[in-house]
Amino acid sequence: MGKVAAMEASIALNRFALGGRPGDAPPENPKRWLIDQLDAYQPRPPAIAAAPTTTAVAQGLADYFQELRQGRMQLRQAGGMQAPSASMQPAVMTGQRQRNPAMRSLRMETARETRADGRAHYVDAVGARMEAVMRTPAPFVERLVHFWANHFAVSADKLTVVGLAGTMEFDAIRPHVLGKFADMLMAVERHPAMLLYLDQAQSVGPNSPLGQQVSGRSNRRVGLNENLAREILELHTMGVGSGYTQADVTEFARAMTGWTAAGIGNGQAARVAGTRGEPGTFVFAPRLHEPGARTILGKIYDQQGVAQANAVLADLATHPATAKNIATKLARHFSGDAPPAPLVAKLERAFLSSGGDLPTVYRALIDAPEAWAAGAPKFKTPWEWSVSTMRALGAQSVDGQAMTGLLNQLGQPVWRPGSPAGYDDIAASWAGPDALMRRVQAAERIASQIRGDVDPRARAAQLFPAALSDTTAQAIARAESPAQGLALMLVSPEMLRR
Amino acid sequence: MFDRRKFIIGGAAGALSLGFAPRMAFAQAATNKRFVFIIQRGAADGLSTLAPVGDPAFAGIRGALAEDFVGGAAHRIDAMFALHPSLGGLAKLYQAKQALFAHAIASPYRDRSHFDGQNVLESGGARAYARKDGWMNRMLGLLPSENARAIAVAATVPMALRGEREVASYAPSNLPDASDDLLQRVATLYAGDAQLHGIWEQATATRLLAGDLAADNGRNAAATGALAARLMMPANGARIAMIETGGWDTHAGQRARIGAQLRGLDAMVGALQSGLGDAWGQTMVLVATEFGRTVAVNGTGGTDHGTGASAMLIGGGVKGGRILSDWPGLAQAALYEGRDLKPTLGLDAFISSAVAAHFGLDPARAMTALFPDSPDAQAIEGLA
Repeated sequence: MGKVAAMEASIALNRFALGGRPGDAPPENPKRWLIDQLDAYQPRPPAIAAAPTTTAVAQGLADYFQELRQGRMQLRQAGGMQAPSASMQPAVMTGQRQRNPAMRSLRMETARETRADGRAHYVDAVGARMEAVMRTPAPFVERLVHFWANHFAVSADKLTVVGLAGTMEFDAIRPHVLGKFADMLMAVERHPAMLLYLDQAQSVGPNSPLGQQVSGRSNRRVGLNENLAREILELHTMGVGSGYTQADVTEFARAMTGWTAAGIGNGQAARVAGTRGEPGTFVFAPRLHEPGARTILGKIYDQQGVAQANAVLADLATHPATAKNIATKLARHFSGDAPPAPLVAKLERAFLSSGGDLPTVYRALIDAPEAWAAGAPKFKTPWEWSVSTMRALGAQSVDGQAMTGLLNQLGQPVWRPGSPAGYDDIAASWAGPDALMRRVQAAERIASQIRGDVDPRARAAQLFPAALSDTTAQAIARAESPAQGLALMLVSPEMLRR
Repeated sequence: MFDRRKFIIGGAAGALSLGFAPRMAFAQAATNKRFVFIIQRGAADGLSTLAPVGDPAFAGIRGALAEDFVGGAAHRIDAMFALHPSLGGLAKLYQAKQALFAHAIASPYRDRSHFDGQNVLESGGARAYARKDGWMNRMLGLLPSENARAIAVAATVPMALRGEREVASYAPSNLPDASDDLLQRVATLYAGDAQLHGIWEQATATRLLAGDLAADNGRNAAATGALAARLMMPANGARIAMIETGGWDTHAGQRARIGAQLRGLDAMVGALQSGLGDAWGQTMVLVATEFGRTVAVNGTGGTDHGTGASAMLIGGGVKGGRILSDWPGLAQAALYEGRDLKPTLGLDAFISSAVAAHFGLDPARAMTALFPDSPDAQAIEGLA
């Protein structure tokens, strides 16, 4: 293999894919190798198939809310109080819970159990996510799965989202990573993790049947919540500052009322959504929906019911501002923190001309010389570094608890960015002194657990064909032990960047 | 090749920590004065922090959120304002004239995106992403330079501290310390790398100063405040610090959440005060957020992204015991765009004037350096 071909192989392995594994031959034809992965990708490999499903996690949450409701009824009956009427607000949402010690202890106990269950699901899902990329035949596509999961970020901070965060990636993103953007968008916005994380499941149209029913009461507790509608516009589709107004956000929020999930919400809206169907499945609840036509971005949507927000989402999915937003983020992910404008323009054109067909966009990326510029323009995030480290060491199976702890320590807890914007994709957010020290500490510990006769000199040469610097090769060669050599390889500039 | 089938990195896998989760960053300049910026990420609700209970519209429009201020639990400040019941420590500091509150205050940013709003707050620009460095980094350039070595204590350096002056970072880590031999080899490995060389020097320098502070892990707010104080106490320690707090984006169930958040903030300030001892007399703590929240309660017992917010100056070096506000009122007609608290005070001028008074700088020079896009903003006299 010539020098230029070897450099391109290194870029394909490290920048586009997830880093080499022991024994992998560098691809002879790097572009062909990447494009072939579009056929080799498995939406549901064994590790993911064994992971917790949306339905299973949602069932646990449904049980939690059911237990709370029953406990509250029993407490009321024991206290000689009347059972709540069907339209009354559950006590758990009122000031009563502060004043009733028995209710509070019931609530704390059930929440503790549910949090433990959610956390177990979370840890299993983290392990599955890592294990899936150890053996995958399509590491480039797996990188894109991670990209989209961060684009549509939920954060496992809320009790209801901890267990569901991973299932959104597995059940809403993985099946659509090689499909239309519109289909992925629709699957994500209908997933219970998103509906609960951004409060959509609690949003009620003021003029909906339910809104009207309770509007006469003084202590009114239902109404519109514009959180998800705003973030769809600001983050998922058009992007901030792309021309929509506060009025568009509010109108879109009205169109979205009624979008909720079966069986796992709390409060008035959840009662209306009911427990029909499997917990966690998307439900459109007409009793929550704000009646009437909506005007969004100057277009009138006079559809009835669920068709209204469907139509808005379909338009947003192929809006030129969406194409630009997605093109910019993808270009930044592969070509550097300040992506070259010609690359953004190529991806934008591919997105628009294909109606948001993602493989068309990926092919345009692979074809673009800007994405193959020499050097390593991206500083890896802690997740990317951890993935490439595990692959470089040839790990076959991983422990979810250990991976959860590692990513927490490195400063990028999986599915927990703390905000719907997801994690930053620029070096300034990750290349800090303390963050670097943590990688060195982790590398030493990981390398010390490797047994067997790994020659770090040979491994480094294989992982970075024609891209290994003399300085790194020398530092590894002079290490006091193979383990120290491996640690140095793991924190080398070649390994920290892609 | 592995000694176990499962690849175990460490037994002490971090737990999911919920709620008030601070991260920190420190910078140093040669002065005995201390300055701490506690940023409230997520748009903290000023109307729940310092409630205008004397405003005739308050109880009606705030609904259940006004209930925290009924009865004796809240800390009444004057005829108009009361502090949230969770802020007992801050109420005492106010009585001791060591806390000053500003209300109906906002940065120049007028849209409602957290990320853009925080960028404006931290960069000190008039628009999001217009400036590449932060006002705290530019502030370092105004302070005595012979000892302008900067320290950062966070996994990464936040925007407010980024810029041409070097700022290191430190945050507690559960990972075992790497061996000194490996650290030296890594230094050699990075010697020729422009980016990694500088970062690594800061990393190793910070490690020596921080000693065994990692033990408390900075998990909760009080521990973070105490850790910050310990790093600011020594003669060669940090003089300028930034602490990041999150969890303020209370779209739903705000009443319980804001109580816990404010309790954390109160504990953090308390730990800073007790940890700094005599140095508290020369300390100024700034508390600020990117924007406020809607005046009316939304359908889910929370509030949505708004405009006007509150801010605080706390410390022995602050001329406290007063409230800075040109109160716009909560009547419907007085609200910004019919929904938010109308800003009547500029956060840029407030911060710049506080920094100038604290460090004895010319107010106009401080304004030009920290907030160059707001040249006409009037300085506020006598904050410290």
